[in-house]
Amino acid sequence: MKTTPLTNWHQDHAGNMVDFGGFWMPLHYAKGIIHEHHTVREKVGLFDVSHMGEFILKGPDALSNLQYLVSNDFTDLQIGKARYGILVREDGSSVDDLLIYKTHEDRYLIVVNAANIEKDETYFRAQLTGNVNFENISETIGQIAVQGPMADTLFKRFSDLELSYYGFQDEVMINDMQVLVSRTGYTGEDGYEIYCKAEDTVKLWELFMTSGEDLGVEACGLGCRDTLRLEAAMPLFGHELNDETTPLEAGLSMFVKLDKEHFIAKEALSNKPLRRRIGLTLTDRGIAREGSDVYCEGEWVGKVTSGTKSPSLNQAIAMAMVKAEYFKVEDFEIDVRGKRLKAVRVKLPFYKRQGAK
Amino acid sequence: MEKYYATSHEWAMQVDDQHVRVGISDYAQKALGDIVFLSTHEVGDTVSFGERFGDVESVKAVSELLSPVDGVVSKVNTDLEDKPELLNEDPLNIWIIEVEGQLDTTRLMSEEAYLALDKDH
Repeated sequence: MKTTPLTNWHQDHAGNMVDFGGFWMPLHYAKGIIHEHHTVREKVGLFDVSHMGEFILKGPDALSNLQYLVSNDFTDLQIGKARYGILVREDGSSVDDLLIYKTHEDRYLIVVNAANIEKDETYFRAQLTGNVNFENISETIGQIAVQGPMADTLFKRFSDLELSYYGFQDEVMINDMQVLVSRTGYTGEDGYEIYCKAEDTVKLWELFMTSGEDLGVEACGLGCRDTLRLEAAMPLFGHELNDETTPLEAGLSMFVKLDKEHFIAKEALSNKPLRRRIGLTLTDRGIAREGSDVYCEGEWVGKVTSGTKSPSLNQAIAMAMVKAEYFKVEDFEIDVRGKRLKAVRVKLPFYKRQGAK
Repeated sequence: MEKYYATSHEWAMQVDDQHVRVGISDYAQKALGDIVFLSTHEVGDTVSFGERFGDVESVKAVSELLSPVDGVVSKVNTDLEDKPELLNEDPLNIWIIEVEGQLDTTRLMSEEAYLALDKDH
């Protein structure tokens, strides 16, 4: 099992440890998922996300390769800005979803899902052409996410850096540690993601934990990371997105740009998707889970991709992939262990923070 | 009255000469984490030893509840409908169902034996 620089810290602090994408990670700590969830919605939480993978792509042909392999358009991406996209195959299916940071002219930092590091590296190496250099630096990098309405207050104790949403700054000094700070996250709250040298991760984590005590900062595990992102309707690879799903099916068309001259999935993604991602809330008592079958007037129309009881809304919520012709339908039933529970389609996201766009 | 335990982490207690109450152990609630939903058989339904009588759901997972007793459900604890988290707060005093039946203690463990059990293996 792979570890992060913080694995021992989690174990020493009552972390309930699980295998996540081959990494030994905390699902939650002593107070549990719901408590940690509310901490992020109301105060500030720290997440160890060092398991995420990082690649460096550089050279005169770096941009043209990204344009060809990743769904979004990066030609107008400025240095100091990050952009989301989906790494796709020729048939439009998804290899992974990525965050791409332009750190310099002709140099990009690519952040990928932990479980996909090897697959993505193999795919990039097989596809890259021209004058370009690819490096997998995952093991040298630690990452801490600071998320919640008090995240900015906590971060400003170490830096006067002003970042807009999806803005970032490289080579920021926090005490004697050199980090990359990014105003991004995976919780639906304001916050930062901080990339540091692997050997600085524990020190940086403890600094934020100690300094943020008066703000109510708490260590948060992957359990609430999942409930938070589900409420915010952010896709999770392996659930809403996978090797058989296109970004259009997953409802990510705003991150798919087909007017690029050379794009590997241009033709495949020009067709209308056959399936669509929808949001559902259950009106009957019960909780739908991943894999539950979805019906409409008795006919099978698809499957739940993620489902839980939302701690913020105190209601069972689910995202599902259904046949495209049911995208606008209101009333569904979900089979939960043999019982058909009523569900209604709702606009995504389920949760939007105050003041968010 | 004494509680007896099943290897599947339910407890059972004979509350009078005809009724047995059933709940889950402290170990079970801890292993589940935050309990957010409970569904059980209804009053009048038959339950059998070792057979599923409902599900308990945490944020992350669903677990089956297996009956530690044979009989007919005589009461369901309706407090748990809106407050399933009571099972996290006080598992040994919060019962889930009451069954008309007789406890067969030979098929269960004493509290002492249950607590001594190595549950992680």
